[in-house]
Amino acid sequence: MTTNRKHGLSILIIFFVIIVTTPSWISGQESAKESQLIQVPPPPFSEDIFPCTECHGDMEPNPERRILEEMHDDIILKHDEKNRWCLDCHDKKNRDKLHLANGKLIDFTESYKLCGQCHGPKLREWKNGVHGKRTGYWNGKKKYLLCAHCHNPHSPKYKKMKPEPAPADPMKGRK
Amino acid sequence: MEGKKTIEKKESRRTFLKKSALASTFATLAACGSDTSWEEFFQKNFRTLDDDDKKKIIERLENKYTEKYGKKFSVSSKDPIDETLFGYGLDISRCIGCRKCVYACAEENNQSRDPQIHWITVLEMAKDKGVDLFHSHADYDRELVPEDDHFYFPVACQQCENPPCTKVCPVGATWKEKDGIVVVDYNWCIGCRFCMAACPYGARHFNWAEPDVPKDEINPVTHYYGNRPRMKGVVEKCTFCIQRVREGLYPSCVEICPVGARKFGNLLDPDSEIRYILKHKRVLVLKEELNTQPKFYYFY
Repeated sequence: MTTNRKHGLSILIIFFVIIVTTPSWISGQESAKESQLIQVPPPPFSEDIFPCTECHGDMEPNPERRILEEMHDDIILKHDEKNRWCLDCHDKKNRDKLHLANGKLIDFTESYKLCGQCHGPKLREWKNGVHGKRTGYWNGKKKYLLCAHCHNPHSPKYKKMKPEPAPADPMKGRK
Repeated sequence: MEGKKTIEKKESRRTFLKKSALASTFATLAACGSDTSWEEFFQKNFRTLDDDDKKKIIERLENKYTEKYGKKFSVSSKDPIDETLFGYGLDISRCIGCRKCVYACAEENNQSRDPQIHWITVLEMAKDKGVDLFHSHADYDRELVPEDDHFYFPVACQQCENPPCTKVCPVGATWKEKDGIVVVDYNWCIGCRFCMAACPYGARHFNWAEPDVPKDEINPVTHYYGNRPRMKGVVEKCTFCIQRVREGLYPSCVEICPVGARKFGNLLDPDSEIRYILKHKRVLVLKEELNTQPKFYYFY
């Protein structure tokens, strides 16, 4: 009996210790992880294009869905273009912001939230460091890139590039 | 009288042996190149030395390289970080075959430009064949990549947990470090190339000639087991950029990859990117059937 009681007591103590220490341990780890994160370079705007209000400030917004001809005609939308256009992501009233589907305004620096509305699994992988590029320290501070650093939001398919030269022929001069 | 003359002319056996032993020693020394010092010739296996001896060697090498390349060199002999086992991930669905990693690696690690040594080989494979080494090409020459219907499969040292290369070295000049990196002591390597024959990944490379790296391109931040300048007649290989990763930095191929297909981290840290990949992605290792147990994981 006594041994059983002793056992019961020690199990209780162990439980107590676990319950008391666990939350602080988890939160401590999380904050350590948070502090390692995140440094993101500024969004990749075309030159002299931001802030948008510089031009759009006094302009009456035209909410009509159309193909732009006077300005921004270099932007060719190839991103679900049949169903979307500029003002589905860019905010009509506050031109320096983007908006989510629920109308919430976000900065261009948080554009990944906008992308993640459709590309949920990709956003999850980006947050876990699998999709996208991280540089810096494998055991410390890392630098991330925004989605828009690699994928042009208007035409997101990654562009082909010229490869570096093929390796030298090892039989060169010996054939 | 006649007999005495012949005896005087003859060399005694002892002197003959002495002289020939000396001559062969000098011949060997001379053959090793003029920049091989006495200390270097008689240097012991680096792994067996104590800190004092290591320090002396490092100092000698730093001076030698600084003089040779006209740049201040540092040669680290930093030991593995505790509780660390390095693992590498490569997303074959995202690699576009641009070969930027190949050249970034050569620059970071002071690989010979001519004759050319590349630690990374990028293989082009047809999607309808899958991972098929026999039908892959390393010498693809495309205007633009990725080529339609093809994918790319970069191969470098797989940093095996069960490496065949270290077992065949007759002198113990190559071994697996505690953090999982397979390294070479270039000064102890005799250039027999057994390890190259044993490696099933073609990841080891031999300096057939004196390595040639332009002075203005040499990277002076080095590690003894990594990117310090090599000599003719020794084997070299990828070390996960030992000079970088033991300082906490990512390898330079990870830093350069424009699509972020290359991932790196500590396999013993359950929160690391590499552990996330092993848990959540479809992972394969190259030539699994050989039981080399690579720590280089391809995933998609």
